[in-house]
Amino acid sequence: MSVLNISNVSKVFPGGTVAVDNFSLEVADGELVCLLGPSGSGKSTLLRMVGGFEEPSSGLITIDGEDITHLPAEKRPTGMVFQSHALWTHMNVFKNLAFGLKLRRLPADEIKRRVEGVLELVGLGGYGTRHVTQLSGGQQQRVALARSLVLEPKILLLDEPFASLDQHLRERLREEVRDIQQRLKITTLFVTHGQDEALSMADRVVVMRDGKIEQADRPDVVYREPRTPFVAGFIGTMNLLEGTVANGVFNRAGFSFPLPVADGPAILAIRPEALDLAAVSENGQAKVHRVTDYGTHGLVDLELPDATRLKASVAHPDMFKTGQSVALTPRAIAAYRDHALIHKS
Amino acid sequence: MTTLAQPRLRIDWLGIAFAILLSAAIILPLLVVATWAFTEVWRYPNVIPQQFGLRFWGATLNRSDVWSALTLSLQLSTVVTLLSAAICLPAAYAFARLSFPGRSILFFSFLAGHAFPKFGLLIAIAAIFLQLNLIGTFWGVVLIQLVGTLLFMIWIPVAAFQGVDRRMEEAARDVGASPLRVFWSITLPQAGPTIAAAVLLSFVGTFYETEGAWLIGAPGIRTMPVLMISFINNQMVVQYGAVLSLILWVPSFIALMFARRVIGGGAFARGFGG
Repeated sequence: MSVLNISNVSKVFPGGTVAVDNFSLEVADGELVCLLGPSGSGKSTLLRMVGGFEEPSSGLITIDGEDITHLPAEKRPTGMVFQSHALWTHMNVFKNLAFGLKLRRLPADEIKRRVEGVLELVGLGGYGTRHVTQLSGGQQQRVALARSLVLEPKILLLDEPFASLDQHLRERLREEVRDIQQRLKITTLFVTHGQDEALSMADRVVVMRDGKIEQADRPDVVYREPRTPFVAGFIGTMNLLEGTVANGVFNRAGFSFPLPVADGPAILAIRPEALDLAAVSENGQAKVHRVTDYGTHGLVDLELPDATRLKASVAHPDMFKTGQSVALTPRAIAAYRDHALIHKS
Repeated sequence: MTTLAQPRLRIDWLGIAFAILLSAAIILPLLVVATWAFTEVWRYPNVIPQQFGLRFWGATLNRSDVWSALTLSLQLSTVVTLLSAAICLPAAYAFARLSFPGRSILFFSFLAGHAFPKFGLLIAIAAIFLQLNLIGTFWGVVLIQLVGTLLFMIWIPVAAFQGVDRRMEEAARDVGASPLRVFWSITLPQAGPTIAAAVLLSFVGTFYETEGAWLIGAPGIRTMPVLMISFINNQMVVQYGAVLSLILWVPSFIALMFARRVIGGGAFARGFGG
């Protein structure tokens, strides 16, 4: 169906801020790609450039090979769902959905058929005559999705669509959206700053920072093999330890670990679930600062002698208590130098 | 812990007293004027007029100067309001949505006309109009009354336009609407009720505007309020004034009904940033 291609796109705002920096990405037909990053990483600006609400300073955006870089929003085959749903409150649900179809001068019965069809699709069959202000937050966001889908866009753009919803509803809606997206096989670009959302929905996650791609991979790869310390720290919980390597051993405040790389500075990344703890009577590398029992597992906050904090996930939190000395055994680590992965085990 | 006791409904006596007092202050004078309009004889110390009748209505409505003043007033208010809307609404949109040098100074300059004693300003303007041969002409009065509407017609619509969520406009672009279509189908209906309030205020305000109309328009242009002043000044018959003021209620009554139907109280409050 449709392929979105973004090549060498930059956006420099009048003040000189570089929001998007020479960014290239191809979204394959039917693929759902998540742009993930902290606020200010340029992910929303990028999405808005694809939607036609910002003009790229340079670069090229094509859909199925057709250059849309400088087309106004109304001429693009894209459909955008906004964070604040942005439904037109002076119209009812039906009119919200029919507006775009009417602009395309479709016959009335065709408009009716398509609106009813898409309302069924998002689980709001029979809601056409409702006023949008009478709907709940989740329903409003569904209508907003339906408003984009009813026009059968080539590319669906979602700009943090669940940000204003509560946790429970967010989880349900993202499953629904993922189902609909897969059923329609619609090429989708999704912006979020929530890693759960990205990891659970996307075919591919693009982690952004300062307008550039830090890593673009399948969600499980991004989680298991973060390529930069930024990605390692941004996705999931991660212990990041800055230290030095000498003679094949990493060292930080009494905590050492064999690391077969050249001498120099390094950042060691250890997931809490990959850090084994053993209670020792004395001479442990760290002390227990706090133990939190979540029922299914426990989380132990540790403190190195220089007050660096680490987290470890444990199966039996009652084995540890505050002030206790512990020995650390990382089962899996990744090491970074100059923002690049240098070792993994 | 749960309590079964219902919170007792408190009666706000002070609030009720204020409401009654305010209503009395507004309604009583109106009632007296309305009574006078239908009175033929009402002598002290009677509380109720001795004789009711429509004699003065006939007398007032038979005067040609009343009819010409009414037509003139309606014409003036319509022309001023339309001109004001044509000038101010695009300006308000610009103030609300664009940034340009001197924006805030220009914006606040509209307050200036209301920040100084009005009569002094009017006399200064009259002196200028005298040179331009605008004194005593229809368009002279239009110009002076236009100035009076600027504040309402800029400030309220600016607030209205600023209140429209930009994402709504973008969403409309997204489904294929041109910028003009977006303005017509999304921005205007969203800001509409508040803008209608501003148009209404400026129409009614212009209809009742007296100082400018009198100073610039006299003697050639006699609007309803100007005519009423001369009635009150020249003839000691209370009924003429009463009948005329009852006629003058008509536009504000229609405006109020229209406002209730179309706008709802919220829009006025929103227009003033409430």
